[in-house]
This record gives sequence, structure tokens and C-alpha cells, in this order.
Amino acid sequence: MPDYDHLILPYSSGDADKDEGLLVNSLIARAQQPIADPDIWLGGVDHGGVVLTSIDAVFGWARSKSLWPMLFGLACCAFEMMAAAGNRWDISRFGMEIFRPSPRQADMMIVAGTLTWKMAPAVRRLYDQMAEPKWVLAMGSCAISGGTFSESYSVVPGVNRILPVDVYVPGCPPRPEGLYHGLMELHQKIQKAGYLKGNVHLPRLD
Amino acid sequence: MGLKALAGTEVAAKVGAKAPGSVVSSDQNSILVKSSALAGVMRFLKESPEFDFNYLNNVTAVDNLDHFEVVYNLTSMKKKHTLCVKARVPGRQNPEIASIAALWHGADFQEREIYDLMGIRFVGHPNLKRIALWDGFNGHPLRKDFL
Repeated sequence: MPDYDHLILPYSSGDADKDEGLLVNSLIARAQQPIADPDIWLGGVDHGGVVLTSIDAVFGWARSKSLWPMLFGLACCAFEMMAAAGNRWDISRFGMEIFRPSPRQADMMIVAGTLTWKMAPAVRRLYDQMAEPKWVLAMGSCAISGGTFSESYSVVPGVNRILPVDVYVPGCPPRPEGLYHGLMELHQKIQKAGYLKGNVHLPRLD
Repeated sequence: MGLKALAGTEVAAKVGAKAPGSVVSSDQNSILVKSSALAGVMRFLKESPEFDFNYLNNVTAVDNLDHFEVVYNLTSMKKKHTLCVKARVPGRQNPEIASIAALWHGADFQEREIYDLMGIRFVGHPNLKRIALWDGFNGHPLRKDFL
């Protein structure tokens, strides 16, 4: 590997212009020769690029590591979902940062919040518009069972009344860590489900 | 802000002088208006230069089982004063009161909400249908005898 250490610049405090002059001059003095180009790629890989595995394992790995969520939130759980997407928790570590505003491009639906009966047809329609394969994560007490509103006249007592749910994440609301735990469980579920087994096709809600 | 809450008794005296028999009772905080006279009283409160209530803060309703009470909170932006007006609506089968959506357009959605959740009909409302619940919902859920 080329040695870069001679290019590390010293820090100094004092006259800023004088410091800058010292820095530039010292960099010029230490940069008289070009750095060697990386050559680690030369000669190929030791095993000749051949890996033995199963299609299920490869596709499961690829699918589970690039899940694109559907961009919508129903209630306060959506704020935890947004926090999970933000830079502090950073959902892009899981290849999931691309929240799609169109169901046609989304792989999974995070039902984040209270689902009312008035909203239910819209959510079911979005689910129907998503392309197979697709997965659903119910986030928070309301999505799981209706939560504190489960006996209300206007709230769906659990989104599994209208959607098949793959993972339930309890909490009111769950913290981003909880959501991530559910997402990683979903990753394992996708990995185990396999590509060749086919997908379950639900009857349409017409 | 410095908004001054007008004494209901003083407002009631002036409204009563303008429209005799329209005020049922009054106290320090509010005036209780006869429901049949509500539209005229509200128009007077809005258009008279003395009161000049050009802003309707909110409309809401209370279920007292033997009658409903519709509550209006008014503010004058120029005169910097406020007033609470109430009106009682008897009956549970078909309670009715005049709409004030033509006076303050902000009342439009709020009267629809009261119609939706309390079942009070606002006569003269331009588009009186359910706003929060879906068409065909059975009952009015904020009534005390719901469920």
C-alpha cells in the first residue's frame, strides 16, 4: 500500500495567514513525488471469482438488503419512522433509505400509526398497487390491535383485518431501535422464505 | 393581546333592547340566546359598530341529555373584546338551529362536525353532510347515549 503519512498536515494555532502559508509550503515540499496507483486488483481473486451458493440465498440476501419502504405515515408512529430515516439512526445503513412516494416502486409497507375505517380503503388500495413481492410491517399498538382505540367506532382494531402483516413491532410509539429490530426480523424472514417458493397472491379488494 | 371578555349581563341588556325577548338569561361570562332568535342576534353582534365581532373563534356543542347547547365564541379584532354566546336546542330526534355559516365562513366545517358527531341540524347550511365519519355511519358518537 502507498504511504500517505508524509501528507498529513500539522495543525497550528496563531496567525491564520501565516499558518496557511506554512501548510501550503510544507505540502509542496512533501508532495514532490506522485503516489503509486492502487494495484490490489491486479492478478484477479484467489478463487477465480467462483462462489458456490444457492439461488435462494443470493436472492434472499439481495431482496432483504434493498427493501424500499412505502412513504406514508398515519399518526404519531410516523415521527419515529422519520427519526429512523434521519441521520441519527440512519435507515440507509440497511439499504432502506429510499422511501418511495409511489406504491409501484415500494417493496414494503410500514403501517405507522392508527388506521381509521375511513382511511382503510386507501391503505388497502396502496397495498394492492404495490408490486409483488411485498411485505407489511405493523408499527405500534394501534397498527397491531387498535391499541387504546381498539373499541372505538372509527378505528380498525389491527391492520391485519385488511392486510397480511409480516412483522409486528409493539410500542406506543416504538423507538427507532424497536423499528430496526422489526426490520431485521423481516430481513431474516425474507431470507428464509426463499425466492423459488413463490409468493402468496391475495384476492383483490374490489 | 389584551383581549377583554365582555360581561354577558351588559351585552344582554343591549341585545335585549335591540331585539326584545331574544335573550333567555345571562351571567358574567356568557349570554344564553333563544334558539329561534339566534340568527338575528348573531347578525347584530357581527354588524353593529359597537360590538363588531368580525371573528368566530369556534363553534361547539354540549350534550346535556334533555337538551343540546350550542356554544359560540366571538372575538372582535378591532375592539379587542370577546364574548361567549350559547343557545339551547331541545329534543333528541331532530334538533335544529339556524346556521351562521353565511355570517362567518369559519362556521362551515365546524357546523358540519357538530352535525356529524352530535346530530344537530343547522338550517340554512350550504353543505350539511358528515365531515369526519363516512356517509352511512349509524348514530352520532359524541352524544351521551351513543353505545
